[in-house]
Amino acid sequence: MDTQQILINLAAILAGAAPLIFATMGETITERSGVVNLSLDGKMLLAAMTGFAVGVHTQNVLLGFVAAAGVGMLVALVLCFVSLGLRLSQTAVGFVLALLCTDLSSFLGNPYVRIPGVAVPAQPIPVLQDLPILGQVLFQHNLLIYASFLLVPLVWWFLFRTRAGLTLRALGERPTTAYARGVPVLPLQLLYVLLGGALVGIAGAAYTLDLKQGWSYRHIAGTGWIALAIVIFGGWNPWRVAFGCYLFGALQLFATRSQSLIPNVPTQIFQVAPFALMILILVLVNAGSNPTLQRWIEQLPAPLSQPVQHVLARLNTAAPAALGQPFRRP
Amino acid sequence: MDVQIRNLTKTFGSLRANDAISLSFAAGNIHGILGENGAGKSTLMKLLAGFLQRDSGEVLLDGQPARLHTPAAALAAGVGMVHQDPMDIPAFSALENFFCASPRRALPSLAVARQRLIQLNQQLGFTVAPDQPLARLTVGQRQQLEIMRLLACGVKVLILDEPTTGITAAQKTALFAALRRLTAQGETVLFVSHKLDEVAELCQTVSILRNGRVVGPQLAMPQPQAELIKLMFGQEGAPAPPRPTTAPPTPASATPVWQLNQITVREGALTVSNLTLSLPRGCVVGLCGLDGSGQQVLLRLLAGRLRPERGQLLLHGVDVTRAPYRAFRAAGIEYLPADRMHDGVIGALTLTEHLLLTRKPHGLIINRADACTQAETAIAAYNIKATPDTPLASLSGGNQQRAMLALLSAECTGLLFDQPTRGLDVVSARAIWQRLLHRRTEGTAIVFASADFDELLDYSDLLLVFFGGQVSHLLPCATMTATRLAELIGGVGFAEVAARDG
Amino acid sequence: MTDNLPTETTPEALPAPPLPRTRMQPAIQLLTSAAIIIGGTLLFTTLVLLASGTAPLEAYRLILSGAFRNPRTIADLIMLTAPLLLCSAGLTLTFSAGLYNLGIEGQIVIGAVLAMVPLRLLPDLPPPVLWLLALSAGASGGMLWALLVGVLRLYTNVSEIFVGLGLNFIAIGITLYLVFGPWKRPGVASMSGTEPLPEALWLPTLEGSRLVPLAPIIALVGISVVWFALTRTHWGLELRATGLNLAAAERLGVPAHARLVQSLAGCGALAGLAGALQILAVYRALIPNISSGIGFLALLVVLLVRFNPVWVGPVAILFASFSIGSIQLPLQLGIDSSIAGVLQGTLVLFALIAQGVQERRR
Repeated sequence: MDTQQILINLAAILAGAAPLIFATMGETITERSGVVNLSLDGKMLLAAMTGFAVGVHTQNVLLGFVAAAGVGMLVALVLCFVSLGLRLSQTAVGFVLALLCTDLSSFLGNPYVRIPGVAVPAQPIPVLQDLPILGQVLFQHNLLIYASFLLVPLVWWFLFRTRAGLTLRALGERPTTAYARGVPVLPLQLLYVLLGGALVGIAGAAYTLDLKQGWSYRHIAGTGWIALAIVIFGGWNPWRVAFGCYLFGALQLFATRSQSLIPNVPTQIFQVAPFALMILILVLVNAGSNPTLQRWIEQLPAPLSQPVQHVLARLNTAAPAALGQPFRRP
Repeated sequence: MDVQIRNLTKTFGSLRANDAISLSFAAGNIHGILGENGAGKSTLMKLLAGFLQRDSGEVLLDGQPARLHTPAAALAAGVGMVHQDPMDIPAFSALENFFCASPRRALPSLAVARQRLIQLNQQLGFTVAPDQPLARLTVGQRQQLEIMRLLACGVKVLILDEPTTGITAAQKTALFAALRRLTAQGETVLFVSHKLDEVAELCQTVSILRNGRVVGPQLAMPQPQAELIKLMFGQEGAPAPPRPTTAPPTPASATPVWQLNQITVREGALTVSNLTLSLPRGCVVGLCGLDGSGQQVLLRLLAGRLRPERGQLLLHGVDVTRAPYRAFRAAGIEYLPADRMHDGVIGALTLTEHLLLTRKPHGLIINRADACTQAETAIAAYNIKATPDTPLASLSGGNQQRAMLALLSAECTGLLFDQPTRGLDVVSARAIWQRLLHRRTEGTAIVFASADFDELLDYSDLLLVFFGGQVSHLLPCATMTATRLAELIGGVGFAEVAARDG
Repeated sequence: MTDNLPTETTPEALPAPPLPRTRMQPAIQLLTSAAIIIGGTLLFTTLVLLASGTAPLEAYRLILSGAFRNPRTIADLIMLTAPLLLCSAGLTLTFSAGLYNLGIEGQIVIGAVLAMVPLRLLPDLPPPVLWLLALSAGASGGMLWALLVGVLRLYTNVSEIFVGLGLNFIAIGITLYLVFGPWKRPGVASMSGTEPLPEALWLPTLEGSRLVPLAPIIALVGISVVWFALTRTHWGLELRATGLNLAAAERLGVPAHARLVQSLAGCGALAGLAGALQILAVYRALIPNISSGIGFLALLVVLLVRFNPVWVGPVAILFASFSIGSIQLPLQLGIDSSIAGVLQGTLVLFALIAQGVQERRR
């Protein structure tokens, strides 16, 4: 592979992972505030379909994204009503919404299957696009991809460097404490779940209005589940979550490229493989917390065991302590 | 700020936790609120802090009616509370905790917050380093942090709920000095306690609660102790607890229930090392120490829930160092955790179903009628207010605790109990101990951890003091006093009683 | 260290007071629940139908009655209900143990794949023996796949949801590999699956119908066994105790981790049986979409009845009838059949809402 090919691949990974960045950043915000939104898979499909349909009717990409974000927020609102308002299992509600939204997207999206629509226009950044190497990798995309680059530091800064971010994390760690300090727990959780929902909605539309440029039944099914897995893999830290997204993007690209190299394996396998691999990676990373394994590592010679322990300790970040537990006012 | 309470009432179901309470506290003073456990002190303070919502009545601040329906409203009005379990966030650093959810006016930035925290530390003689993770602070330091945070938020009325539980003697001295300094600056301090001597030492006035009501007038301190005791407990004064009637067996007389040889055990960041100990039959051993000093580690080790890293553990003379939990159960060891609903009982299941789970009757198929009869027997024998088909979650704390005792097998030889009476009223607590002492006379070894000095001193035959993972040798309870115990827990003179190696 | 922090307790550990119960209350509760579920679902799906420009009444008529149109559709209904019932029975076990077994799709698929093995390797055995072999292979395959979920969940601490989903992807990969690789049709491989089984190996059908009587019989036995195990045996009580509060169950002497794994094994075996039936009685070949989403549909069934095995049967039939009834929608009304899924999902959503409303009232 020559340099040119590598640069093309890098640019493709960055572009291909952009929708996932939106989805995972949205879910990171949601989960940091203590709520699990398991409906991602269906919600993204429904938002993807809606965004595309609105784009087709208005011939306006921006309106498509606005509609998709609206759908994401609407589904998030239902989740909040049932899980925060009525205090039912967030897992159960999220799962039901995931299936329901998937079927809704198939049903309502029926007229829009494989018809031409609108797409985000390419927008290379003047001057910067001509930089050697970086220009081709980073600055020859469209506004959506640039936004995905900016989103990661922005979410990190918000969560870890602002007053509001500290309060947000307090909600996910110990909502009773936040309440005792005068924080309106449920309204804030609602706000952040809605914000997360909007980002997930944008992620859905990013597929139909940019990456895949079109709509068909369930064509991004599975992506939402992977986004959820990546948030766990990333330990609820935006940088590591973004790394997970690009890792998955790389796996997908690698799978596509390998198709031509290994012709006797059916192509369909390459479409599934990245999903399975990503979860496998998650499982392997988490296996480090197993006490038996840890004891085993401790018995390795010191120069070996210490770096391994260090890496494993860094990889294992605890989930927000109150994740998934609805707040009950004392 | 003056605080006036008029006819404040709060009920939980059928329980009147606060019944038409009227009190007033003048600004610039330390006011003691005295009462035994369960008298309604905490509830009253939580109502003032907006943490709970009153059913009726009103609160006046400086003569103006105040709506304290949420903590936010109470804080805005200048009322702040340090809860008995400090309300903080374990995953954050001290500074983050200090800064979290503070008003922008008071602490505009993290840098200002750091300055303010350092300054308050100096001003009050506290010792909280800004960048320490909260998990490394002692309970006393976490409480100091909360006090400083509330002061930084501009609180004019500071409520402290049982602030001396779990802190060292030195921290207590620092706390009292700080509180006096604060009242000199015009703060009003409400000091909630069930300890007479502390109230006597610190407070200018004292109000006494009993069974959710105010007893007698607000008194200016000092007052004769006998008078206060009479008010706290009613005409009969402090009732005598049921004391063990027989002398404990001498440790060497028979095979001990547990024998620990050079045990090292670790849980999380806490290590108890090189412990050699022999716990005999028919004996009550009280474990005391600050929260998380190693008492729970020992209980879980003895229960078989935690494996030792080194050393040898014998149970009735049999080596069980590597044995699984069920081997401990088979040998008659039972473990009753502090948090009943967390890992004590299964709230949604009934007493009958619990009996089926623990008694392990033979056969594949459930004999419900038989289990029901057993449940009825247990209900009668243990005076549990329930039917065989009531889910345990809907029982009161005392009834749940009695149900846990009823589930113990008759062949129980060693009983490990974490906080046997926490959160129970005096009558329920006494009934629990009557049962436990009965078991003791039948030869069961009882090991319990408690934060309540009175409970430890009243019921133990022997005491083990924990200090930061270090353990004393077995101290005879008869020669122990509350003052000495408080010192030991705080580490004063601990070296003299610390168990020697080997 | 966080373990040592005091947990939040309600003041003075208060009891929830027993409510005075009148005789009318259960009836009123049932009526409110029914009103929320039926009213909410009708309102929402009608809006969806109107949004797609369909006459709602006509659509409802077709969906509700379509499955009972003629003996052929009734046979289809039964042949969909049977695997759905088996999976729902299995999920009743895992839900009772407190597990979200989203890996059930993969368990069906691996059951189907393993059921194919004896059919392809030993086609000359007498058919009854072969059927027995295929069914047991299917059950073992599903069980194996579910045990993998259990082991990974216990040893890596990753939620069973994600472990299960990962294994679903792998199971689909295996199927695709077989359909397009070693087991491909002579000539060209396609998504339509492997070469159909020789007719001699098909499970016997009712004369002139696609109904295989053995399938519903196996399903009924499956759900009955699950009902009996959960409500009448010590094992079932221990399973429920584990699901309600694992730490407490363990303390009371229940081998909780063993029960978790056993519930998964049981669910996997039932799902694998469903997969084997898909091969032997429905598709008679291995196709890439062999599970047909039955596993996820079963999750909805069990969530709707809140793990109560008695109600699993009727709801499974209802949901299957929606699916069968909606098959004719594209031809008759020109709308997509996924409206069945919308209807099913909405029903479960409003059932959850109704449950929440009832619990809030207490």
